[in-house]
This record gives sequence, structure tokens and C-alpha cells, in this order.
Amino acid sequence: MEKQRILAMGNEAIALGAMRAGVRMAAGYPGTPSTEILETIAKYNDGKIHVEWSVNEKAAMEVGAGAAYAGARTLVTMKQVGLNVASDPLMSLAYMGVKGGMVIVSADDPGPISSQTEQDTRTFARFSKLPVFDPSSPEEAYEMIGEAFELSEKYQTPVLFRPTTRVCHGCAGISLLPDLEVREPEGFIKDTMRWVIFPRTSYLNHIKIEKRNVELGESLSEYKRNFILEGKGRKGIVTAGISYAYTREVMPDDIPLLKISTPHPFPEKLAKEFLEGKEEVLVLEELDPMLERELLQTAGKYHLPVKICGKLTGHTKNAGENSTESIRKDLEQFLGRQARGTREDGKDSEQERELPELPVRPPVLCAGCPHRASFYAVKKAMRGKKAVFSGDIGCYTLGNAKPLDMVDTCLCMGAGVTIAQGLHAVEPDAVNFAFIGDSTFFASGITGVINAVYNRNDIVLVVLDNSTTAMTGHQPHPGTGKTIMGDVAAAVDIRKVLEGIGVRQIFEADPLNLKESADAVKSASEGEGVRAVIFKSPCIAVERPKATYEVKQDTCRKCQACIRELGCPAIITEEGTVEIDETLCYGCGLCSQVCPFHAIGEVNPNE
Amino acid sequence: MSKNCLLCGVGGQGVVLASRLIAYAAMEQGQAVRTTETIGMAQRGGSVVSHVRMGSEIYSPLIPQGEADAILAFEPGEAVRTFPYLKKGGLVIADRRVVKPVTASLGGSTYSSEAMLGFLRDNAGTLLILDGDEICQRAGSAKVLNVALLGAAAASGILGITLEEMKEAVRRNVKERFIEMNEKALMLGQEAARKDLRRQTGGHGDENDRTAV
Repeated sequence: MEKQRILAMGNEAIALGAMRAGVRMAAGYPGTPSTEILETIAKYNDGKIHVEWSVNEKAAMEVGAGAAYAGARTLVTMKQVGLNVASDPLMSLAYMGVKGGMVIVSADDPGPISSQTEQDTRTFARFSKLPVFDPSSPEEAYEMIGEAFELSEKYQTPVLFRPTTRVCHGCAGISLLPDLEVREPEGFIKDTMRWVIFPRTSYLNHIKIEKRNVELGESLSEYKRNFILEGKGRKGIVTAGISYAYTREVMPDDIPLLKISTPHPFPEKLAKEFLEGKEEVLVLEELDPMLERELLQTAGKYHLPVKICGKLTGHTKNAGENSTESIRKDLEQFLGRQARGTREDGKDSEQERELPELPVRPPVLCAGCPHRASFYAVKKAMRGKKAVFSGDIGCYTLGNAKPLDMVDTCLCMGAGVTIAQGLHAVEPDAVNFAFIGDSTFFASGITGVINAVYNRNDIVLVVLDNSTTAMTGHQPHPGTGKTIMGDVAAAVDIRKVLEGIGVRQIFEADPLNLKESADAVKSASEGEGVRAVIFKSPCIAVERPKATYEVKQDTCRKCQACIRELGCPAIITEEGTVEIDETLCYGCGLCSQVCPFHAIGEVNPNE
Repeated sequence: MSKNCLLCGVGGQGVVLASRLIAYAAMEQGQAVRTTETIGMAQRGGSVVSHVRMGSEIYSPLIPQGEADAILAFEPGEAVRTFPYLKKGGLVIADRRVVKPVTASLGGSTYSSEAMLGFLRDNAGTLLILDGDEICQRAGSAKVLNVALLGAAAASGILGITLEEMKEAVRRNVKERFIEMNEKALMLGQEAARKDLRRQTGGHGDENDRTAV
């Protein structure tokens, strides 16, 4: 950080911007595409900032609220579906307000590339009546987050900040700026009317919030990141976020454009100024038609004879992420002329020739992943029996892929445990398994287990404990005994948690030992009530490879059982022979236990 | 004016780091840079694509289709998959070895390196092929294909980044104990690209001639 100009990912830029704004508390839960924000703060933390991976987003929001009550600048980070988990404290916090600046980063994922939903945090802002900032690039995010803190502190309200994947994970050269002046946290000052939520205070606060948002809409019309680029003609473009970047890339220079960086409260005055005299306006945005609706409302309110085109009118697509290509197409259709960078024959690109057939590359469990072994043990133990396998959110969702085919349901964090209970209530003759990872268990699995114990619901809980939060890049969690700052913490023991809840039958097994594991599953499946199997084996990214295995070609009968049963990416066929790619093999040894002819063995390093 | 370079491969090959090194080198030259890639679900053995854009006025982090000056492919099939991004007459530098997805092993697909390289040869302006396995063996690590490709890109001159500038980017961004190995891979990549260029141009390919391709 000694240099003035650095190459930074959007998430790093957000973190550095928050640190520049004097953040004292940073809490979050990992989730793509938001994860690197908190990791960056931890990396550069000089000890003045309390940084934590909270157990889930709700906990992060509440820890953050407490720090902001005490006057500290606070950053809370999560992905968009995490905001659903944190929505209970968020909705109330919007009424209560804060003292220290509090910015909640909720990263949206148009596409979706790595998420369950295409929800829009801007809509959540409107619902919760909170201001929201929408950056278009890493550079803008770096400065904007400081402005979000200032607005939060000025109006004593939490503020949402919603980058999208292409901003979070895009890199750009950032010119570092001097730190902002921040006052020291004053500490918590007792005030029942202010910090204790009651129906009466909420009513009074509601009045204040509605009034404030009208004022904010006015003042945000003057905010420098809400602006108009002048142009000619009676057609105009309104855009925001990463779509602004795509638009600028292909837009002819003479088209008037309105860029919105604060979709809520909507800068109505500025929008009215832009709409006046226009015949048609095209709205280019991702996810919800948020700006489009605001513009329709503005046009209606002031009787402006302008047609607003966008998702609601079918002018732009209403799902998936935008791209330079999609925006070029939308623009050309709207303007009736060519956009920048379009070739004379109007084709997107030269390369419209037919491509040869390509293999699909769906994401798969890594070679040596202990989850593969766990799934396989359950599959083997339950062969021929009626069983339903509920999965959850994490790498192990990939257990649904062939040939394992071991995830029958997946909904949201922690849902597998409870969905299994509902399934079983309707079909009591099935054995209902619920797979859950260690981080997810702590985040939102425990309540589901308590529910099962209390209601005497019959499930087999399978905890896939790989000692890390693997999917999002190996963050520590309460079971690992380490904090985000690398400090030693008391590791919460999953077995003891289950025992404390009242789970009577708990089996533990090393999933890489197939027989031991299948036996444990068999015993568990034959029991009643809540039974648990804890499969404990570290993620391959956490521990170094153990060994390498090879196929003994003189013994191999080429039955390909290893490939058909396991689908391990390290096992390949080369002109009919089965081989193990030594650069991928992690040495889990599962294939050697599956091979019916004992043709797979460890490579002897001394040979 | 801007230069666009697309990098593609399979999760775990080091695509992202390579794109950062190019962006870093371009930034050090005083250019505006943007990159983006897909992280998350796509990492687990899936296709990985990284976009690097360098120049003056760049807004989008994604390269528009048909505007990549070069594709650096860690796997020949991935170069074919991303081919619509390449400019007419653009350069493709590809490792020759295919990485078969587990689905191909399961379904008995006939996915071959020759078919992929054949397509690239017929359709790219210039195609440079690297023998990544050999380079990695000589560099003493299976993990340096990414940097070898950067050496080859430097040799081609297409990105306006010299080998010396790539070396500096490696020194600044790679852990110290890996620097020597990576520098060796840069050299080997450069050497391989020059050799292939010389073969194709009948001996006129030269690292000082940036318009060689």
C-alpha cells in the first residue's frame, strides 16, 4: 500500500475506501461476490478495527448495529441472499437509526453466476426505506463508500451499498486518496426513546423517515454521481451500475444520458429535468426495473409526455446479466442506428462461424474432495432403499452431479435439515437424509436440528465437516478455532453441540475410509428420531496432498467402475486405458477402495 | 486506443493470476486497465475466462465480442469456446494439451487436441502453440503454464508489454520463493513462441519487431 496507484479488485477498493473513511467495525458472512471485502480489511488492519466473520448475516448486522449505536463507523458485508437472513434486524434498524456511520454492503449477482436468486438490493432499499448507493466501477466504489458513510452519519441512518459481481470482481487501477477526517466514537449513551423499539416510537420514526426520504431525494439530485451527460435529440438513456460502463462503451457520443448512483431515494428533481422535452427514454439496468418504475412515476406525477422503455415494455431483457453486446443491441434497436464499435455489416463480431463441438464443463467436486467420499458412502449404504437426500448451500451442492446424484433438494442456507423433516412427515417410509457443511451448520443448521429433536421428527443429519468454508474461498468459522485475524479462538465442537441439543445417536467416521463410513450410515439409517453422522476430513485446499495413486495397467480390466461410480476429475481415459492424472490426484484413495480388481494403488515414492 | 487480451482455461490453472500480471504491467506503463473474471461456482473444474483491457478510455471490464487482440489459452478447447471474442486476424497462443472434463470420460466423448488446434489454425490470424508439459518439466513445476503463456505473449509483442516488464510484474506479485521458477517459465515461454514464430515466418520473427504478428 506504499504506492499511490494500485491494481485493485472492486471488493478491495470497497474495503480500502471504508478504511479510508475510518471504519472501526467490520462484520460479515462470506458469500460470492462479496467475500474479499472483509478479507481485505483483515489483511490491512493495523489492530484498530474489529473485524469478524460473524456466524451468519443476521449476527453480523446486529454486531454492526451495536457498534454504530456506540458511535463507531461500521461496515457490514454480505451477498444479496445474505440480506434476506439479515432482514429482520435491517427492517427494524431502519426505524431506529444509528449514531456512527453504518454502511451495509449487499453484493448483487446478476446472471445469477453464483447465487440462488436474481434479487435486487435496490428493491430491498425501497422496501426498508433506506438510502442505497450503486457504484459502476471499482474506482467509483472506492470513493463512493466514503460518501455513503458521510450520508449515514449525517442522517443517522444505516445506508445500503450494492455493487454487482462485475464491479466486485473487476480490477482497475485505483489512485489512493488521503484518509477522511472522522471523529472518535463517543460511546453508547443510554436513551430509551432512541434505542428501544416500541410501537409508539416506530410510528413517530416512520413519519420522520418519510419526510427525510423526500428531502434526501431533493438533495441527492445535487449529488455529483447522479448526473446528466448532455446530448442532442429527443431520445435519452437512463442507466446505472455496471450497465453504465457497458453503455458508455458503445453509446454514440451525442445521446443524452442520465446516470443514477442513488436509486433510492430517487433523485426525482434531476430525473424530471432530464425527462422534460424527451419523447422516449431507454432504461438500461440489471435485475429489477427499479429505475424504470421510478421514471414512470416521475413522468406520471409531472404529466410529462415521455415514453419510458425498458424491461416492463419488453425493450430490454428482464433476467440475466447485461453485457456490452446486449446493450449494443438494445441501443441500436431504440435509436434506429448503429452504436459505436459495430461493424458496417451490423454484425456483433467477425467470428460467427460455427464452432466445433466442445465438451461442457460443469463445475464438479475437486479430485480428492472428501464430500465425494461421504456422498458415495451414503449412496452405497442406502442402495436399494427408499431414501431422499436433501442438500444445502456449499461445495457439496455439487454432489447433485452425475454419477453421484446425491442431492435431491437444495433451497437456501440451512434449509436441507428442515425440508427433510417436512418430506418425512408426508412419506414416513422413506429415510430422509440432510447433508450440511460445517460452516452452514453454524450459520443456520442448528435451529433446524433443534426443531427436529423438539418435534420428534425423523431425520439422518449428515454433517460434512471439512474444517473450512470452502465454496467462498476457505474462510474460518466457529468450528475451526481461528478468527479472520488469525487469532486462536475456542473451537465449537459439532458433536458436543448435537449432544447438547439432545441428539442421542451420533456416529463419526472418516469419509475416506469407505467401509467404516458406509457402516456408520447403515447404523444411523436404521435408528429412529434424529440421528447424526459426522464425516470429518479436511478440504483438499486446507491440507497438502497425501500421495498419488496410479492404475496398475496389468491388473486393470478397463471396466471403468472407478469413473462410473465416482466421477473424479483426476481419473481419465486415454485411448481405452484408464489413467490417473498425477497433477490432479490428491491421494484420497477412494478409487482404490472402489476398484473391484484392486488395480489402483499408491505410487511408491521410492520407485 | 485500447488493447484487449482474453485469457481462458480451466479452474485451477492460474488464469486469474496471469491476468493480474498483465494488468499490473500495463498499469505500470501508465495505462488505464480493467479486468474481470468469474469466481465462485465456475472455479470447480469449470471454464474460467479472464478479460484484460488496457489503454486510455475504457469503461467496460468485459471485452466486447470480436475485439480481443489476443487470446491466451491454457487449454485448446477453451480457446475455441472463447473464439468469438477474437478480432479478425487476431493472435491465439494456446497450450496443446486438452483437459478432459470428467463428463467427457463418462460419456466417452471424442474431444481431441488436434481438432481444436486445427480449428484455431484455420481461423485465427496467427496461432502459436506451446508445449506446456515440456515447459513445466523444464521449469521444475506443473504450475507455471500461466507464466509461460505470458512469456510467449511478450515474445509476440502483441500486448505492447516486454519480457522485462512481465518479469517485473512477476517480481512484484509472486511470492518470493516462486520468483526464480516463474522467471524461468517466462523465458521458456518466450523461447517457444519465438521458435514457433520463426518457423511460421521463415526465420523473420524477432522479439524486437512488435508487428511480427
